Amino acid sequence: MQDAPALSAQAALELSGESHREARWRVIARTAYPFVVVGAVWELVARMGMFPARLFPPLEQIAETFVRLTAQGILPHHALDTILRLAAGFGLAMLAGVAIGLAMGRSRRAEDVFLPLVSIGAPIPGIAYAPLFLMWFGLGNVSTVLLVAFVSAFPIIFNTWTGVKAVREIWVRSAQAMGADDRRLFRHVIIPGALPFVLTGLRLGLAQAWRILVGVEMLAAVPWGLGWLIFGAREFLNTDVMLAGVAVIGIIGLALEKLVFQRVEDFTVVRWGMMT
Amino acid sequence: MRRAAITLLVAAAAYEATARSGAFPPALLPTLPTVAHTLVVNILDGTLVIHALRTLYRVLFGFALAIVTALPLGFLMARYRPVENFVLPLASALMPIPSLAWVPVFILWFGLGDTVSILIVFYAASFPMLLNTWSGVRAVNPLWLRAAGAMGADEAALFWKVMIPGAFPFIITGLRQAFLRCWIAVVGAEMIAASDWGLGWVIFDAKEFLNADLMLASLAVIGAIGFVFERLVFGSLERATVLRWGMVRAAKG
Repeated sequence: MQDAPALSAQAALELSGESHREARWRVIARTAYPFVVVGAVWELVARMGMFPARLFPPLEQIAETFVRLTAQGILPHHALDTILRLAAGFGLAMLAGVAIGLAMGRSRRAEDVFLPLVSIGAPIPGIAYAPLFLMWFGLGNVSTVLLVAFVSAFPIIFNTWTGVKAVREIWVRSAQAMGADDRRLFRHVIIPGALPFVLTGLRLGLAQAWRILVGVEMLAAVPWGLGWLIFGAREFLNTDVMLAGVAVIGIIGLALEKLVFQRVEDFTVVRWGMMT
Repeated sequence: MRRAAITLLVAAAAYEATARSGAFPPALLPTLPTVAHTLVVNILDGTLVIHALRTLYRVLFGFALAIVTALPLGFLMARYRPVENFVLPLASALMPIPSLAWVPVFILWFGLGDTVSILIVFYAASFPMLLNTWSGVRAVNPLWLRAAGAMGADEAALFWKVMIPGAFPFIITGLRQAFLRCWIAVVGAEMIAASDWGLGWVIFDAKEFLNADLMLASLAVIGAIGFVFERLVFGSLERATVLRWGMVRAAKG
């Protein structure tokens, strides 16, 4: 029992030494090999001609379509429009959600007003509101952005509210005892104290927004957007275009999670020592 | 409780006043009695019930498929290194793709109909189950395993008596998340795949005829079913298992 950590520490030291570079290659190879296997199976099935090639294109055709559409600027245009909608909707949700959540956490009256409304709205899946929004605000961008904002606001509100409630009473009281006025209390105690929760809420909200947005784009008949690209390509049996679109959606989703949120967390709560 | 009731009454009154003021066409903003009337009529003549049953069939079928594949796979991932090395990169690559993005692709492959919705539900439900089972089994206290082994438990007993109960709080969380996701996925899939039956289809179809009352009534049914599953089904599952075993404590209140 006692020597187990020592052993692993030694192993780690060895790894970080000369074999560091090799270990890194090994990690890359290990991550890549499942994709190689799945790709090979896909290729085999596509080439055997079990399914029509239009419906089940070989990988190099998908790659070729991907490159062609990217070079022509079609794919970037679709992706850009989707990202702009996501940013607009999520931005709205962030402003409204954090404001409502903070108000609910700090004021009893706001909690009484908003909590029942939020609890009733939250369990209905966001996409179910889509036709209602389309009917009220018309086809196109306004409905899409508003729906994305509406849907992603719920987790933000809930988590901000919980976060403000979870700020230790003793921090608030000691800050007050040291003469902090309301504004400083807010900026230096409540916001940092609630931030881990708020960030979790934002992360959940963004994931929610992303899941809904692609679906709404298919329904809202917007002129550009990845959801629309996939949906429109079905009419012409362009499976390669659809799969290229799905790939871009996956890349953006991965980038949102890895780049945006992990950075924000590293810069705030991890640096303040509130989370490791 | 009383305060909540007051808020909801005030909100309902405000809505009713807006609807009756005539600022918006009544087809777009129906009064609450109209919505309630539509809801009751459609439930009594059985249409909404049939649609709801159809939607439930799709969700439960897909959910069950995910349970029989994703839970064992998650378990294997946690116990066997090669499985983990193979599945984890694939799962992390597929997870950020929203299930609804696959709907048009699946329609091409499997045609319109139940298959598409069921597979979309399966896709949406698999990842939360897979990842939660995986982390749940890995989080089982190794001391328990060794203690059970020392007391002479064989592989089967170890599995059923230690690992499954130990991982169950995580598995329940996974099932909950999975259900929320597939409830979204099925409604979206029904709208996009134009499947003729199902609550998502009712809402989408009602838009064509500006039947806002029917839309709001179906929204209420969708919300109610989601609520029932979250509170009653998963709540009682939790009470019957992890709460009874004393693995987690009930939240206060």
